[in-house]
Amino acid sequence: MSTKGDILLSMRGLRIEGQSDEQWQEIVHGIDLDLHRGEVMGLIGESGAGKSTIGLAAMGYARPGCRITGGEITFDGIDLRTSSEDELRSLRGVRISYVAQSAAASFNPAHRLIDQFSETPVQHGVKSRAEAEEDARVLFRRLKLPFPDTIGNRYPHQVSGGQLQRAMTAMAMSCRPDLIIFDEPTTALDVTTQIEVLAAIKDVVKEFNTAAIYVTHDLAVVAQMADRIMVLRHGNMIEEGVAREMLANPKDPYTRDLLAVRTYAKDDVDLIPHETPLLKVENVTASYGGGVKVLHDVSVQIPRGRTVAVVGESGSGKSTLARAITGLLPPESGRVMYEGEPLPVALEQRGREQLRRMQMIYQMPDTALNPRQRIREIIGRPLSFYLDLHGAKKEARVRELLEMIEMNPDEYIDRLPGELSGGQKQRICIARALAAEPDLIICDEVTSALDQLVAEEILKLLQRLQDEVNVSYLFITHDLATVRAIADEIVVMLQGRVVEQGPKEEVLTPPHHEYTDLLLSSVPEMDPDWLDRLLAERQLAKT
Amino acid sequence: MPQLVKMVAQRLALGLLTLFVVSLIIFLGVELLPGDLTQAILGQAATPETVAAFRRELGLDLPPHTRYLEWLGDIVQGDLGRSLANGREISELISWRLYNTLFLAAIAAVIAVPLALVLGVMAALYRNSLFDRIVNVSTLTSISFPEFFVAYILILFLSVNAGWFPSISNVGSEMPFWDRVYRCILPALTLTLVVVAHMMRMTRAAIINLLASPYIEMANLKGLSRTRIIVRHALPNALAPIINVIVINLAYLVVGVVVVEVVFVYPGMGQLLVDSVSKRDIPVVQSTSMFFAGAFVLLNLLADMLAIVTNPRLLHPK
Repeated sequence: MSTKGDILLSMRGLRIEGQSDEQWQEIVHGIDLDLHRGEVMGLIGESGAGKSTIGLAAMGYARPGCRITGGEITFDGIDLRTSSEDELRSLRGVRISYVAQSAAASFNPAHRLIDQFSETPVQHGVKSRAEAEEDARVLFRRLKLPFPDTIGNRYPHQVSGGQLQRAMTAMAMSCRPDLIIFDEPTTALDVTTQIEVLAAIKDVVKEFNTAAIYVTHDLAVVAQMADRIMVLRHGNMIEEGVAREMLANPKDPYTRDLLAVRTYAKDDVDLIPHETPLLKVENVTASYGGGVKVLHDVSVQIPRGRTVAVVGESGSGKSTLARAITGLLPPESGRVMYEGEPLPVALEQRGREQLRRMQMIYQMPDTALNPRQRIREIIGRPLSFYLDLHGAKKEARVRELLEMIEMNPDEYIDRLPGELSGGQKQRICIARALAAEPDLIICDEVTSALDQLVAEEILKLLQRLQDEVNVSYLFITHDLATVRAIADEIVVMLQGRVVEQGPKEEVLTPPHHEYTDLLLSSVPEMDPDWLDRLLAERQLAKT
Repeated sequence: MPQLVKMVAQRLALGLLTLFVVSLIIFLGVELLPGDLTQAILGQAATPETVAAFRRELGLDLPPHTRYLEWLGDIVQGDLGRSLANGREISELISWRLYNTLFLAAIAAVIAVPLALVLGVMAALYRNSLFDRIVNVSTLTSISFPEFFVAYILILFLSVNAGWFPSISNVGSEMPFWDRVYRCILPALTLTLVVVAHMMRMTRAAIINLLASPYIEMANLKGLSRTRIIVRHALPNALAPIINVIVINLAYLVVGVVVVEVVFVYPGMGQLLVDSVSKRDIPVVQSTSMFFAGAFVLLNLLADMLAIVTNPRLLHPK
């Protein structure tokens, strides 16, 4: 933008290597970047694109296992590559600061917020302790934290995730730096919380005319925050330009792919209302260890061969519902009916045939697959356990399943999970669930740990498999784009209760329940004016 | 806080149960030893009649469970009974030796705990440096030698050759404080060398374990110094495992001193225990063992309490 000042940060031919298996491999291949004073640059790309690594390099920092091997990094005339540790230390926190992805993990659990806030200015001799505390209250108020005068006395675990993220932004502002690196600051938050944090960040960055590098994988988020956008892939720059222009007119096909992701949606299907549902959850109430109830009187129906999506924020009870259905957490009251017959409440009381008909896919394929077992064993186990297949028959079926998930059996059957990408691992989890020939697969946030493009492939695969074998899905997610893409019916949960449910079209078209409305309107859109407009609308609605 | 009180009450109850079981095991163990006090005192030449008369006098002819229950009944009322060997009150016999043992343990702890913490933090700070390696190798070496060997080496160098410290730590009850300390130096050093390695390595490992945490990276990116990152950001979160190891070693300083006391002829509980076992002086053995067990229980309780006090999540719930 024309109002921005001279160049604050400049990178020329930046090269960074990362260590894997004792070998150094280049992960950032010569990036050029110029950032003006007061300008916000969005770095966008999928995981492994090198965006966080580049962001940290702007502080002269490389994570353990990484090293900066080439190029220049100049911050306000200072060459960061030749600066000593002490010189870098005097810049960090004072002139360049950092906001991490997970504030919950990045605040030290042992100290109060105010102590962690004051540490930077006091240690660097910028402010006295009393001045720092006074400033903390100002910034906390500015970032719209509740109880700005006293919230600093709390420990990190006593503050919610969205509040912590704002407190971390306040901490980054404590020395009024020239540059802040935001490293996916809202990725770990619910959409409704994300809005507040985005608005707060946008506000203070503008007020103090701070330059920022905003790292994210979410193009819609970066559209709200950035003046300019740089698209990265595998450590290379794909495209760079003014945000509005790029969003309106992406030049590179990869950028266009990223922009197009959210448009995938499944066709509407007719639901046959009178058929006995495959699974019926009736008035289930559940709690952990007899304490606070996490499910209140929840009733859900899953028709055969259809997908029911359960949406809600973290803590809304979606995953607990899955645990109640599978018998991992026997409900306190209510029952689970399978084709009209009640299922035993606890997992241990269910027979092998009952277990076989209901399978599960998890959020983290990394932890759901045994790292010491080859693909053959992983997929073969349910075949011999549930279906009594052995020897050549089992082998043939494993290969068939691999083909169903679009993975070449000859290439992959002898691999270990560690030799696969995240999306491939999730495919293996799908194949393992399918191996049991279930009627119902419970998918618990199966795409949240994946990049958008990969996630979309997984959703398409799940849809194709449903069309082929007529399996039902109970799809747990917090992501409304995923819901649009895959659901036939939607169940909206809030604080352990179902607030709205019905066919997709009905739930997604107004009038909504007010919470559904909040959820839907909080999903960031590509329009760069979306955030400002939404906040103005909400402000208007309040008054 | 109510949580803390509840926990302490629970642990105390459990501790009492432990003590009861320990008393039973000790009694049975001593019963199983061949021979008894009468033979030890009267010698091989005594006639069976004399032995029987002596046994009757001491009450040793009663069946074991009667003796055990009597003893237990007395001890619950605070009466430790009398030594079979010399008829003195056990409480009197034990009290000044217990003081001596705790005194020695305290001196060893005052040297060993800060030393281990400082070495551990420094080793973490300068990990993989020459300093780190030297500290690791030397503490491991000292823990690898048997205690009596370490003790004799110290005597050889610091007492026989250099003549700085006395080789025998025969403290008396009238002795002034600093004299006592002076006489205790060699046994305390021996104990220090034995326990430092464990605590120091745990401190180092617990801190290094945390260095990959996001909040340590954050501290780095706030431009804090390495020392501050280790001491202020890593150490407080590493306290729980460190406290546990320290307490185990403190307990060892109280109950594991037998060999060291014998080598330095130090009049503590360990010596008393060894003497009493060889004399089959069952009530004394039982009482001293109960004190050792009690020290263990109390120190572990202390560790659990400290773990709560140093963890904000437990101390300040949501």
